[in-house]
Amino acid sequence: MEREEQIAAILRRHEGREGALLPILNDVQAALGHVPPDAVPLIAEALNLSRADVHGVVTFYHDLKRVPADRPVIKLCRAEACQARGVEALAPVFEMDERIEVETVYCLGLCASGPNAMVGDRLFARLDEGAAKKLIGEVAA
Amino acid sequence: MKAFVPGDAAALAVGADAVAEAVTGAKVVRNGSRGMFELEPLLELETPDGRIGYARVASDDVPEIMRLRADHPKCVGPVDELPFLKRQTRLTFARCGITDPQSMDDYRAHGGLKGLERAIALGPEGTVEEVFQSGLRGRGGAGFPAGIKWRTAAGAAAPRKYIVCNADEGDSGTFADRMVMEGDPFMLIEGMAIAGLAVGATCGYIYIRSEYPHAVRAMQRAVETARQHKLLGRLLGSGHEFDMEVRVGAGAYVCGEETSLLESLEGKRGEVRAKPPLPALEGLFGRPTIINNVLTLAAVPYVLAEGAKAYADYGMGRSRGTMPIQLAGNVKNGGLFETAFGISLGELVNDIGGGTLSGRPVRAVQVGGPLGAYFPPSEFHLPFDYETFAAADGLIGHAGIVVFDDTVDMAKMARFAMEFCAAESCGKCTPCRIGSIRGMEALDRVLAGTDVPANLALVEELCETMKFGSLCALGGFTPYPVMSALKHFPEDFARAREVETMS
Repeated sequence: MEREEQIAAILRRHEGREGALLPILNDVQAALGHVPPDAVPLIAEALNLSRADVHGVVTFYHDLKRVPADRPVIKLCRAEACQARGVEALAPVFEMDERIEVETVYCLGLCASGPNAMVGDRLFARLDEGAAKKLIGEVAA
Repeated sequence: MKAFVPGDAAALAVGADAVAEAVTGAKVVRNGSRGMFELEPLLELETPDGRIGYARVASDDVPEIMRLRADHPKCVGPVDELPFLKRQTRLTFARCGITDPQSMDDYRAHGGLKGLERAIALGPEGTVEEVFQSGLRGRGGAGFPAGIKWRTAAGAAAPRKYIVCNADEGDSGTFADRMVMEGDPFMLIEGMAIAGLAVGATCGYIYIRSEYPHAVRAMQRAVETARQHKLLGRLLGSGHEFDMEVRVGAGAYVCGEETSLLESLEGKRGEVRAKPPLPALEGLFGRPTIINNVLTLAAVPYVLAEGAKAYADYGMGRSRGTMPIQLAGNVKNGGLFETAFGISLGELVNDIGGGTLSGRPVRAVQVGGPLGAYFPPSEFHLPFDYETFAAADGLIGHAGIVVFDDTVDMAKMARFAMEFCAAESCGKCTPCRIGSIRGMEALDRVLAGTDVPANLALVEELCETMKFGSLCALGGFTPYPVMSALKHFPEDFARAREVETMS
């Protein structure tokens, strides 16, 4: 499906909903891997908002990207509980590997099992160097 | 025979799906987690002697376990007899890990819906009064009495009112909300329905953070089922209407702040609102809105079913009832420990938590998430209670406790607190937006040994400004971890000074 049609379909799905902007943007992000600049005026018009309003929301939330990732993304938790369990010593394993993009997140809610990572909706806990390398290999393949 | 393999995200993250698939010759129930994360995946087999547990099971172990049963080396015996569970008082988590979280029959069989039935019998005013009398306070961190919030919203006249559940559980070291949503979602829906009935709201939203995709799916499924069973819609066939919808965040810690969450639900940037107006009077879309944390609303069915007094009989001082405390970080027995307020910090960390996972001495614990204070073992006598922690320049927050061993550098943790605040600040108020960046820079200079006394003085001054000048708890409470690190662990900041002397 063309990108514009995809966006139109998402807009139709949320028609008449209260506070529909964030659900729409989340859906666009999920469908296209980012919220492209040309989606902004389409969404703004459908919701009777200004482009600036929509742009402001897109740039506020960490999940919403204006450009798609060029490599597979691994989200690595670097919040306090994972720090206490050694994520800072493990992080270079992810950061040095050019096959993947590592994105910092603060907390995946598995705070007694860290270090933790998420790929898409899949979760990985109790990561050590071996497990991290295995995960990177799987994701990069 | 029934076999239980948790569908909780913390179990999935260590391979629970493969374990569930490997089970043969038994009906597999995907229960919630019992909250003992060191034991996950925890396979349980139903026997005439109760449920027998097998800890840290890999899919390869399953055939041997089914053959050897209690003789298998991974057998931990009857799960209910494990000391970590036996020492708890589980009111909110009474069903979690025991029932099939998506089965309404299970929910009913284990005491579900009794709270809503009683609320219908009591009517709106009686229900608000019951919550007020229970002494239940907001479990998200602020500890504001739920009954007062509910009274305020109930008294507001408006054509439309809302119930909003704050499931934007962003504090590191916390997972109780997630466990409720994945392990006992009908309880939360029942709590929201009771709130709706009590204040005359017909529409509810639960705002779940995007980092919790499994909780999102669990809640969406449970809402559908709840509609089929009249836990939503015309409540249990009564004259009260209430329905709700699941909404998902987009990765912004600050949206856990109630007014920021309301902005986000309205489809705006998650910027904090100035209060007043109180959300109870002018909340979502300008309408009277009850916004409560997951654990607050999840406690409500018990309060209604068993009565305010049964709940208020637990606890100490003005902290009534139980608190689902979360032991996290470098701790041997991490997990969910629900108990009455008043238990000491040391008992939680050392006796129940078993000290550090690394086996090294405990050096610091952070209580209450990234905005909570760090405490050394010399403060372990503190009882877990809102007022006591406030008096000790800290907070219990959402009751997460993150344990650190003696390898931690507290100057770095202080710097991280500022970095986190800078990354997550909504940008609306200056003390938070600018103060956190300047604080991070000043602490970088401290860590580099540059002009340490002057930079520490600057950090203290920034903290003062942030504490009293910020619009919400993000900027206002970031000084807690920073100043507590300075107060209790000055030697870590002095270590940086040695670098200065050497250069």
